[in-house]
Amino acid sequence: MSTRAGVSSLQHHAVVRRSVRWVPDGLCEKTLIIRSINGQNKREPQGAPSRPRLLAIASGGGHWVQLLRLRPAFEGCDVTFVTVSRAYQQDIGTEAFQIVNDATRWDKVGLIKMGLKLAWIVLTVRPHVVVSTGAAPGYFAIRLARLLGARALWLDSIANVEHVSMTCELVAKHADLRLTQWEHLARPDGPKFEGAVL
Amino acid sequence: MPFDRMVRAVDDWAGARGRRDVFAQIGSTDWRPSNLAWSALLEPDEFRRRVREATVLVAHAGMGSILTALEAGKPILVMPRRGDLHETRNDHQIATARQFLALGRVAVALDEHELPRKLDEIESLAASEPISRYASPRLLAAVRSFIHDVR
Repeated sequence: MSTRAGVSSLQHHAVVRRSVRWVPDGLCEKTLIIRSINGQNKREPQGAPSRPRLLAIASGGGHWVQLLRLRPAFEGCDVTFVTVSRAYQQDIGTEAFQIVNDATRWDKVGLIKMGLKLAWIVLTVRPHVVVSTGAAPGYFAIRLARLLGARALWLDSIANVEHVSMTCELVAKHADLRLTQWEHLARPDGPKFEGAVL
Repeated sequence: MPFDRMVRAVDDWAGARGRRDVFAQIGSTDWRPSNLAWSALLEPDEFRRRVREATVLVAHAGMGSILTALEAGKPILVMPRRGDLHETRNDHQIATARQFLALGRVAVALDEHELPRKLDEIESLAASEPISRYASPRLLAAVRSFIHDVR
């Protein structure tokens, strides 16, 4: 169904159908509507794009502070920062900035609301890469962005000293690379260690 | 999340020692301090100013607070939140506090009984060189490689 021969309406249709299969009902409609409005869905040629679109997403507090410490690695990208408080916009420069509501796994309504906003962000930004330092918003952004073919990096918080976070375990099948910031937590089939934010 | 146990302990200590030089950002804590100047939430630039002007920071054992203190070169005394008291999700702050104490990066008071004793020694905590604003070169290189898909 999906050939690689440039942008064709057939390939566009294939992308829509593949996306629809995986997202929950509430998001299906949104996917279809926005796709049809956008019309052209430019697929990037094979290989890394010269100026990647990067979604850098974190919850507040330590998660956000650690994400900021990665900023030199984001040079050469079109970055959209996503977090949970408008006040954090003061910490960045002119990069794009979006907020979502904070929610944890015990707040089902909050999670659905967050999921819808993240779906909108992912569909409008169309990132090539997602980088997250946690927590729940990062997990959902990765799940959603992967449906559009993005690659994802999960950096587990440096606060997780004795074991990696539950979300790091949950995101295992979805992140292309998971990192822990403590060497003793690295595993052959688990997160790798490549240094820390400190 | 509220952290009445810590705010109250600092408030009691400031009263007992006649300290007038303590400012607290208390978040959603219910306890209203009598001996501390306080605000529920500071705007980011006021927060940064207060950190710059402070001699010492006292906080929960959260990475945001710890990294803020280290980036500003300020000594920090931390008290971990406990999961069983519903101060946070689990006991990871206790592990964080122990690990960063072992690395010589923070001072630690494990509970509200130890906190006043540690606060009495607070002037002896030395300031250190501010750490760099950014992650280690190794981690930055790994993230860069991933983003640009360098194999």
